[in-house]
Amino acid sequence: MSGFISVLSREIRLSLRGGGEILTLVLFFVIVGAVVPFAVGPDKALLARIAPGIVWIAAFLAMLLGLEKLFGPDRADGTLALYRLADIPLSAVVAAKVIAHWLTAALPLILASPALALLLAMDGETFGRTVLSLLLGTPALAGFGAIGAAVTVATRRGGLLAPILIAPLSVPVLIFGVGAISASGGPDQAQAAALLLAALSLMVVVLSPFAAALAIDWGED
Amino acid sequence: MTIDTTPKMTWWNRLSHPGQFVALTRPLVLPLALLTGVLFAVGLWYGLFSSPPEKYMGDTVRIMYVHVPTAWLSQFVYATMAVSALGTLVWRHPMADVSMKAAAPLGAAFTAMALFTGSLWGRPTWGTFWEWDGRMTSTLVLLFIYLGIVALWRAFDDQLRAARVVAVFTLVGAVNIPIIKFSVDWWSTLHQPASVFRPDGPTMPGEILTPLFAMFFAFTFLFVTLQLAAMHTEVRRRRITTLERRAARGDLK
Repeated sequence: MSGFISVLSREIRLSLRGGGEILTLVLFFVIVGAVVPFAVGPDKALLARIAPGIVWIAAFLAMLLGLEKLFGPDRADGTLALYRLADIPLSAVVAAKVIAHWLTAALPLILASPALALLLAMDGETFGRTVLSLLLGTPALAGFGAIGAAVTVATRRGGLLAPILIAPLSVPVLIFGVGAISASGGPDQAQAAALLLAALSLMVVVLSPFAAALAIDWGED
Repeated sequence: MTIDTTPKMTWWNRLSHPGQFVALTRPLVLPLALLTGVLFAVGLWYGLFSSPPEKYMGDTVRIMYVHVPTAWLSQFVYATMAVSALGTLVWRHPMADVSMKAAAPLGAAFTAMALFTGSLWGRPTWGTFWEWDGRMTSTLVLLFIYLGIVALWRAFDDQLRAARVVAVFTLVGAVNIPIIKFSVDWWSTLHQPASVFRPDGPTMPGEILTPLFAMFFAFTFLFVTLQLAAMHTEVRRRRITTLERRAARGDLK
């Protein structure tokens, strides 16, 4: 357990002190959201209607962008090889990294989402549901992201490959995430979507460290 | 008394040796190709000339004879890949990763064909090339997964290492495909209830079923033939790569 904690705290310390990575990510998230009105016009009613989708797309893109630094630097400096020899199983290390990835790449976005809500003319109730659905859904994105980063870490030209692999798998997260916000299907539909989203997140977070650890382990030797 | 402990060459063992595999299955390719050709001839004859046009859709119903088999194969090929992935991960069967690699582009091609024919069929019957209907959307997502897997294969230099990583991803995808299917159905019924038009009626007359079955088997045997041929090609490609590496090291004269 101490190994798990130390990997977790190492990851968090690295991204807190690593030259404003979190700030860049948050900026990217807000800017993607803020660019949309320039593309579709500053019509407040339209913006309010598509705002949940925009927030989710911005969060989705921001989380996909950070994937490369999940395992890439650790492989480059040999830390990953040491993790494979560590006392704790590699899946536990990956689980710690998934949690750290969520804390440093998803939580800041959720904290920054009021800015987007203001820019996109969201009302208070929709904003509350948006925060809830982001909280429920982003762990699944972090888990899928870990799988994508793990299968591409051993390739020399990973780059854009992990987002391409992960985006189709994340379709259910987007569907239920936006479904939990928009009340177009009635409040009971939104609640069902939120519950399904939570179920999906739980499943992905539990299973993805094993799949990702397997991919890392077998891609290396 | 001595006990014979030398490993027996069972058919399973022989299949796991690439050279033996090619030697064993090579005679199958030509008969399979001939069978596929005959089935296509029968299916096309029945489909184009010997079956009546449908009452409402007219001659466009004949698109179904290509559309339904390719749509079935788009899922069957993924199942083949998932079973091969299990073979790679569990038994480390050397031919399983060859089969996995050969199936990926074939699956992508059949899925693209299913989408293309569906879109051609959708224009006269639904009035649109593309509708965000549950089945079409999940087939499109499946195509993206296939293309991602092909890209992942190509990103690795060492194909043996690639096989195990792709196998993990293929199985992750296999677990996810039902979830994607469910979520997309949930989503499309939420967005446009009752507008989803299902062209497949409750019963089909025999004149339509005959060409459909013939084409169904024709396409399935086409896949089996292409899969075997692609596996042979892959085995040879790997042998050539090995020989080239040895030549570069100077082991060969």
